[in-house]
Amino acid sequence: MSVTTERLRPAVRVGPTSWRLHPRAVLCSVVAAVLVAVLLVVDLAYGDLKIPFVDVVRALLGDSSGVNAFIVRDVRLPEAAVALLAGLALGLSGALIQTIARNPLASPDVIGVNAGAAAGAVGYIVLFAAADTGAPSGISADLAIPAAAFAGALIATALLYAAGWRRGLDGRRLVLVGIGIAAALTACTSWLLVAARLQTAASAQVWLSGSLNGVTSSNALWLLGVFVIVAPVALWQGSSLNIVELGDDTAHALGVRPGRAQAVALLCAVLLAAVAVSAVGPIGFVAFVCPQIARRLAGTSRPPLLTSALAGAGLVLVADVITRLWLTGLAVGVVTSLVGAPYFIYLLIRTQKDPS
Amino acid sequence: MTILEKTEPSDLPAAQANPRGAKARTGSWRIVLVLLVAVLVCGILSLMIGNVGITPTKTLQVLFSPDTSQASAIIHNLRLPRTVLLLLVGLALGFSGALMQGQSRNPLADPGLLGVSEGASLAVVLAIFWLHISSPVAYGWFALLGAGLTAWLVFTISAVRGGASPLTLVLAGAAVSALASAIITSIITSNVSTLDQYRFWVVGSASGRGMDVFWQVLPFIGIGIVLTAICTPAINLLQLGDDAARALGVRPGLHKFLGVSAVMLLTGGAVAACGPIGFLGLVAPHVARFCCGPDYRWVVPYSGLIGAIVLTLADILGRVMAGGAEVQVGIVMALVGGPAFVILVRRARLIQL
Repeated sequence: MSVTTERLRPAVRVGPTSWRLHPRAVLCSVVAAVLVAVLLVVDLAYGDLKIPFVDVVRALLGDSSGVNAFIVRDVRLPEAAVALLAGLALGLSGALIQTIARNPLASPDVIGVNAGAAAGAVGYIVLFAAADTGAPSGISADLAIPAAAFAGALIATALLYAAGWRRGLDGRRLVLVGIGIAAALTACTSWLLVAARLQTAASAQVWLSGSLNGVTSSNALWLLGVFVIVAPVALWQGSSLNIVELGDDTAHALGVRPGRAQAVALLCAVLLAAVAVSAVGPIGFVAFVCPQIARRLAGTSRPPLLTSALAGAGLVLVADVITRLWLTGLAVGVVTSLVGAPYFIYLLIRTQKDPS
Repeated sequence: MTILEKTEPSDLPAAQANPRGAKARTGSWRIVLVLLVAVLVCGILSLMIGNVGITPTKTLQVLFSPDTSQASAIIHNLRLPRTVLLLLVGLALGFSGALMQGQSRNPLADPGLLGVSEGASLAVVLAIFWLHISSPVAYGWFALLGAGLTAWLVFTISAVRGGASPLTLVLAGAAVSALASAIITSIITSNVSTLDQYRFWVVGSASGRGMDVFWQVLPFIGIGIVLTAICTPAINLLQLGDDAARALGVRPGLHKFLGVSAVMLLTGGAVAACGPIGFLGLVAPHVARFCCGPDYRWVVPYSGLIGAIVLTLADILGRVMAGGAEVQVGIVMALVGGPAFVILVRRARLIQL
């Protein structure tokens, strides 16, 4: 471990606020944003029918004439938008939770959000499975499964806060409580899977692997609504979290209430993860790995919130393109791991310090 | 990073000085003895309770002098093998959880994080998928093979440029686990008959395991326990960081290698015997710290004994809670243990690790 004195960085001052610029992190998030935009266009362009990039961009900018614009805006946009928003939400959520817990292993997966969503969705699939096919069918199932998943995630969150409340909220206590809740809910899901008939278990397994098939524009709008409301709060709380990291006493002295800042940030993180997971299934890996990838790329000591979110979006979009073009049999959640894990291992090896 | 410590009855906020809490909580041989007795009691309870209840006197009588009665047949053929197996697996998971958290200096580390559980699962899925294997002993060999290969892979990735840092080790383990789990998912979503066998193996169960499974995993877990005993005393020093530990006479590289080998053997053996039972390895060390404070020389033995007790109790509960049908031990443990852990966390005072 080596200690280096940090160079003085330029500070930006606007009125009463001031913050430091971290050039590499800024560059990193700009590059990530450009990359995500390119991936979105690629995702919209490829499919059964390839559409020229120019037409995709034109359709996105508001031109609604012609068959290409129709395919882009009405057929492909919902799926791509869900991929983009779910990735953003999961990346941001993971970065927040890892910052609160001060632990790179924490993620919405660990504290029970995914487990709650999974228990909700699998419970719905098993209890309301059509008697003859073994799988839930009909239009109602398309909307009811995400709704059940979201309800499950919210119940898990409510349990988390109710059980974690003890003369105020402590973000770190919440994480430990979350582990217990996650274990109990996962056990419920496993029990349902073992008790269910094989066909039902198989269809539940498909949802559990995380899939973008069959998402509709209503899914995308719902996701967008929650994201637009919660994400700014989360980003704003992120700055308080940096102060909380200095220790509880220092935070008090600087005018931040550590318990409340952590609790609000955790609520934002949980809501973001819940809405993303209910739309695409419990793809826990994105939320765990993207903050770590972003941290290594940006060279910061904590997961940078914005870059983590963009990395999440990038990963899910890449997985969506790959599942559409080559690995058509696989679910998006599986491909995010297949792509993300090797890249992360490569980064781990690259960024290891030489022993000194 | 936080760990749990038992609150004093007066329960003052942590910021205030508490004269009674000033004396650090530590372990004692008396408690270890109590835990050992509890392990024995749980073992005997596990022999007595089930679909057919057997009285304590009858249990002890036929245990040491088998006869031709039905009770003797039930105990010796059905309940004794699974009881000793569960005690062994619980012990192994408790030990490996405490070791893993000590080695990685991370209270969220789970023995499965080394990739051992997922690697073993992947090997079993491939065995079901390609070779159509369906016996617990054969699963066991494949699970051991998979566990060994993944642990080696994770250790190699994290030590490409010299000594493995604890953080890199855990992160590499998590990444490899995710990769293995993705491959598992892609196989079982495309092949329904594999899913049918795998879903029963993966929840963790001890039913239908005979003494052959016990003898199969005993050498691995036995060597793991010996390695645990060797590397436990140095864990406290490793908490201070590699440089400080080296200055105090510990060789961090050697101890990490021993510790990782122990975790691999213990967890691999446990997974091979009963399937990937999660949660126990993560939680047993926290419960142990709640009793004996953060000294790893006590945490490791406490955690092992608590693991054995909890797993056996969960299995007994699984036999009686659903009437005639049996609920798998892994499910019961998380279902009951999860809320119990939440209550524990609520009562405990968090201290910085």
